Amino acid sequence: MNRVVVDARRLLCPMPVIRVQDRVAQLDPGTIVEAVCTDPGALNDIPAWCRINGHRVLETSSEEDEYRVVLEVGGRE
Amino acid sequence: MTEPRKAVALISGGLDSLLAARVMQEQGIHVEGINFFTGFCVEGHTHAIRRRDRDRPKRNNALWVAEQLGIKLHIVDIIEEYKQVVFNPRHGYGANLNPCLDCKIFMVRKAHEWIGQHGFDFIVTGEVIGQRPMSQRRDTMPVVSRESGADDLLLRPLCAKNLPPTRPEREGWVDREALYDFSGRSRKPQMALARRFGFEDYAQPAGGCCFLTDAQYSAKLADLWRARGDKQYELDDIMLLKVGRHLRPAPHYKVIVSREEGEGNFLQGYRNQYPSIRCVSHPGPLALIDGVVEEGDLELAARLVARYSKGRDQERVTLEYRDRDGATRELVVTPLRPDQIPEAWHL
Repeated sequence: MNRVVVDARRLLCPMPVIRVQDRVAQLDPGTIVEAVCTDPGALNDIPAWCRINGHRVLETSSEEDEYRVVLEVGGRE
Repeated sequence: MTEPRKAVALISGGLDSLLAARVMQEQGIHVEGINFFTGFCVEGHTHAIRRRDRDRPKRNNALWVAEQLGIKLHIVDIIEEYKQVVFNPRHGYGANLNPCLDCKIFMVRKAHEWIGQHGFDFIVTGEVIGQRPMSQRRDTMPVVSRESGADDLLLRPLCAKNLPPTRPEREGWVDREALYDFSGRSRKPQMALARRFGFEDYAQPAGGCCFLTDAQYSAKLADLWRARGDKQYELDDIMLLKVGRHLRPAPHYKVIVSREEGEGNFLQGYRNQYPSIRCVSHPGPLALIDGVVEEGDLELAARLVARYSKGRDQERVTLEYRDRDGATRELVVTPLRPDQIPEAWHL
């Protein structure tokens, strides 16, 4: 399965969401996207963005000062 | 069955835009949200940087509002285009470097472009006549409609009854009678409407949503422009203005000194773009130097940084200077005394 990494380190909210949003717009449904961030707010914001836009969060994690959100791109309406 | 009319609502994350969008939903309009990121949006930045604030719950209010409404939210990066609004606001600045009226015109113009590209019918904002001294006055409302190019496709549901009917009202896409006639700075009508819709938890009335409305931030931005001899900035510049103590010992350079661990970690990410100084003999801050420094400047900068270290009362403090390429050398200095740091250095 395709897996795309979005490097949003050193970016502050809402830039990580924008980076994910703009990348997801280019991807097919079912693609797995892994966002790597340093703003802890991304752990709330990216899942919130996924919920309202029909994408599925598969996993969130944090390690030291890095935060990861793994999501699956949802279908287009 | 006919397709519902579609509106895009400018969502700031505050109460007014939440209500305006909800009023449209109540009339059966399909609403999606749009939120513009200028680089100056307050939205949690200080919170994200500072270590001591990190454990406090945080949310992006625009996303939260969209979730409450059950609508999609499109967040648009306008950092580059927005510079012209900041540099040359046709209608001037407010109390600080806030170009509020030009900002509103710009955002509505962008929303107007967006509805053209996405097949939407009109634009909704949470503006209320008299709510803001610069951008939300009876005489500036038509200016926003006209100069944005949106004209009568811009509907303000919270104060529509105080304004001439727009196309969505004239065409019967929305029922004008079910819109509102709010005006003035009182928040009571909005709070009552929020209660009616069942919204109990919402962001406090906006006003602090943009760093350009902040006097201290604006002073630092004006200083940056003066020092560079040009009204320019990059995203990193305006991010750094939000972080640390900024001191300018001489016109050709300034020192950005972290105030706590989180800020130090944040500044660390800029060490390949700016020369830096950190205290090694004692716990202390990380500082960046913005400008070109001579040897004498470097010693003064090091003494200044040492002042904010735990070695501030010692005779000798050792610091490490690192240039942009990573080359380091040791500096041993006597920290400045408080009376040796003129108030005018603080930006």
